[in-house]
Amino acid sequence: MSKPEAVKEPSMDMQKAMIARNYEAITSKHETGRKVSNTFVPGNLNELLMCFDIVNNLPEINAIQAGMRKASGGYIMEAEKSGHSEDVCTYVKADIGQMSKGNIAPNGKPYPVPDVLMLSYTGCYTFMKWFELLREEYKCPTLMLHVPYEGDGHSTKNMRDYIVKQLKEVVIPGLEQVSGVKFDIDRLRQYLKNSAKAEDDLVWCLEQGKVKPSPIDAYFGGVYYIGPIFTAFRGTEDAVSYYEMLRKEVQGRIENHQGPMTPEGTYFNDQKYRLIVEGPPNWTNFREFWKMFYDEGAVVVASSYTKVGGLYDQGFRHDPDNPLESLADYCLGCYTNLNLPTRVDLLAKYVEEYEADGLLINSIKSCNSFSAGQLMIMKEVERRTGRPGAFIETDLVDPRYFSAANVKNRLESYFQMIEQKRRGGGSKTVAA
Amino acid sequence: MRCFIGIDLGSTTTKAVVMDENLQILGRGITNSRSNYDTAAAVSKQEALIDTRLTLFRRALGGVPEVAGKVDDILSDLERNFRHVQFLEQLEDLQQTCIANIKGPRFAGREKTVIEALEGTFSRLRDSSAKQYAPGVKRKSDFFRDLAGAEFMSHGEAVCKEAGLGFDLILNVYDKSIIEVENRPPSGDMEGKFVRALEKGTMTGSSILAPVQSALAIPLEETYVVGTGYGRVRLPFPKEHIRSEILCHGLGAHMMYPETRTVLDIGGQDTKGIQVDPVGIVENFQMNDRCAAGCGRYLGYIADEMNMGLHELGPLAMKSNKQVRINSTCTVFAGAELRDRLALGEKREDILAGLHRAIILRAMSILSRAGGVKDQFTFTGGVAKNEAAVRELRKLIKENYGDVTINIDPDSIYTGALGGATFAVRAVVN
Repeated sequence: MSKPEAVKEPSMDMQKAMIARNYEAITSKHETGRKVSNTFVPGNLNELLMCFDIVNNLPEINAIQAGMRKASGGYIMEAEKSGHSEDVCTYVKADIGQMSKGNIAPNGKPYPVPDVLMLSYTGCYTFMKWFELLREEYKCPTLMLHVPYEGDGHSTKNMRDYIVKQLKEVVIPGLEQVSGVKFDIDRLRQYLKNSAKAEDDLVWCLEQGKVKPSPIDAYFGGVYYIGPIFTAFRGTEDAVSYYEMLRKEVQGRIENHQGPMTPEGTYFNDQKYRLIVEGPPNWTNFREFWKMFYDEGAVVVASSYTKVGGLYDQGFRHDPDNPLESLADYCLGCYTNLNLPTRVDLLAKYVEEYEADGLLINSIKSCNSFSAGQLMIMKEVERRTGRPGAFIETDLVDPRYFSAANVKNRLESYFQMIEQKRRGGGSKTVAA
Repeated sequence: MRCFIGIDLGSTTTKAVVMDENLQILGRGITNSRSNYDTAAAVSKQEALIDTRLTLFRRALGGVPEVAGKVDDILSDLERNFRHVQFLEQLEDLQQTCIANIKGPRFAGREKTVIEALEGTFSRLRDSSAKQYAPGVKRKSDFFRDLAGAEFMSHGEAVCKEAGLGFDLILNVYDKSIIEVENRPPSGDMEGKFVRALEKGTMTGSSILAPVQSALAIPLEETYVVGTGYGRVRLPFPKEHIRSEILCHGLGAHMMYPETRTVLDIGGQDTKGIQVDPVGIVENFQMNDRCAAGCGRYLGYIADEMNMGLHELGPLAMKSNKQVRINSTCTVFAGAELRDRLALGEKREDILAGLHRAIILRAMSILSRAGGVKDQFTFTGGVAKNEAAVRELRKLIKENYGDVTINIDPDSIYTGALGGATFAVRAVVN
């Protein structure tokens, strides 16, 4: 018997249709003549690419798609067979392995050779190596936007100017050359206006995690909420409509005192534990993983992963009045580009502001960018907030690294520990 | 009386603890997990209830002036006879199962001869079993499989030789049947078995009989059962009766040593570092991920590789005076590294000493991830019984954390079950 289909809300159906259209645009480049760029989620320049009519293809998202369709395991093995080490980022191996298996997109058509690799480096060193591999494979030009790391916890004017300079001197001329389209800054301004509008609605939705019961799940649900804004749709009218629709859905749940909908189609109202989660989710066992939370009454009220492509809740908006500068600020402020103290500040703030029971870290085996220093982060957030932390380990898209019994054991221990503390300490009552 | 039971379904052994409502331990029971958690849970629970009866007998006899100073002997006599009755009952089941399993072309035309050989073997087994349960005899194992198996081999071979029958024929039937018998839930009627044991014993004087029978008449009411351990999800309990093993180990260690702040549990499949507060509430924990490197099973592999018993590893390692450095605690690579060292001419005891150190080094890293070692520190789990592991642990704790009190209880294997039983009491009494 096959698994029952996940129950979808209207916004999810809308997003699904948008993604399908984008895959269609990517895979039909030979028919339409449109140019395709491969680029990454953190710090992506979607509005800029749109100015050149370039279609945006994101290898990380393709790896996630493969993970959720249970295809990534085979791709990873294929990449390892060709010599990629076991510990390397499994997004990379899923992408590389997929190529040797025909490079088929979710719509059944092959991914085309990109016309350009748009590499905006925002804290993940692997990105550079990944695109080196792709450049070897596809023999296409690479445009690199180097984003300085926020080592001191904040950006400077110098850093911003440096990025703007690169945009003016390298990226924009490069994209003009690849596409044959002349850059029009007013066009960019219009897209950025759309971005800011969608960002407002997204932030409103994410902040509703403060409501009890929470009408959203800011991790498992959150990855759907951030879908359009972090990928190929930021700046589009579609994204604006999507977030308007999402906002209405969340508002409706608040009015009915409802929690988010689970994939089983039930509203998750009986929320016993409110968590902040740090680290990406596991995609190969996504539903099973999520179920471990809602079965135990745990809702995620805020997460850092939903900030991986932009910290909009901290006040940043794309700015039509300062287009290139705001692109620079956006790249600088991505979660992966933040230093450890800033990450600690943010997570401790979430624990307090969202009145969470504690911080749960999902440490990803093959992601150095996210995982390095996470134990220290946990200890420091625990110390500052006085609320308990917990640590689980899974992987992005490698099914071999997901041990359900082990993860469940740790999660249940954590939830029971919170419960036990409430009873023993007597200082806190049940959350929602 | 109201009984509160904790069952810890570990990957290797399943343990149960029975408590009364005053948090007093009444009984403990252990069995092998035998890849069948349902049976393991039932057996360990029954064993703990048997032990509970013995506790009740002890309490009853404590008030009888005539037996003062002799209670231990009386109870050991009673337990021996009880175990014998229990053994004979399972033996009967095994015989019937063996006979029922004689079918198929292999036995065609020879059924009668095979049945006769089996009956002869079991008859001798019954006779010789009295020796196993004679006063002063130390039994080699607590598990029926081990006790019946060894005797079956010797008697079966002799009977078959006399009958001119190949031994492998009945051995094949035995192998199939022992699994069935072992995986069958234990039969009830514990009280009846105790009555039969009393009748078998020599001490049937009324001064003993009456208090024992009155203790036997006390109904053991299973008020609340809490399950823990990796097999907990297999238990047919409602969700609120299931507790994570981390919490159970934390609370169990607190019950044993109320001043405990850090707990290390090295079990068959996992290692846990746990911090508890002054009332036994878990503050923080870390455990190994899906890789069971350096856990109890690793020692099992090493023992197999060296063709030794698991309990022999520690004592041999203690003989070492030159430790060999071992790099991997991976169970998969254990054999390779072991053979590598042997090939280099290292001595077995020195290699073993190195292996024990490697295990404890890994445990130290998990402890450190959980926030270090605080006074008092309690070491639990099967590996806590291994003296070489304990020696290394003491050394490394001192080097890294100074003079902290290290507690190791002889009953530490029951820590998780004890925590479970305590949760059971709290669920009802508080």
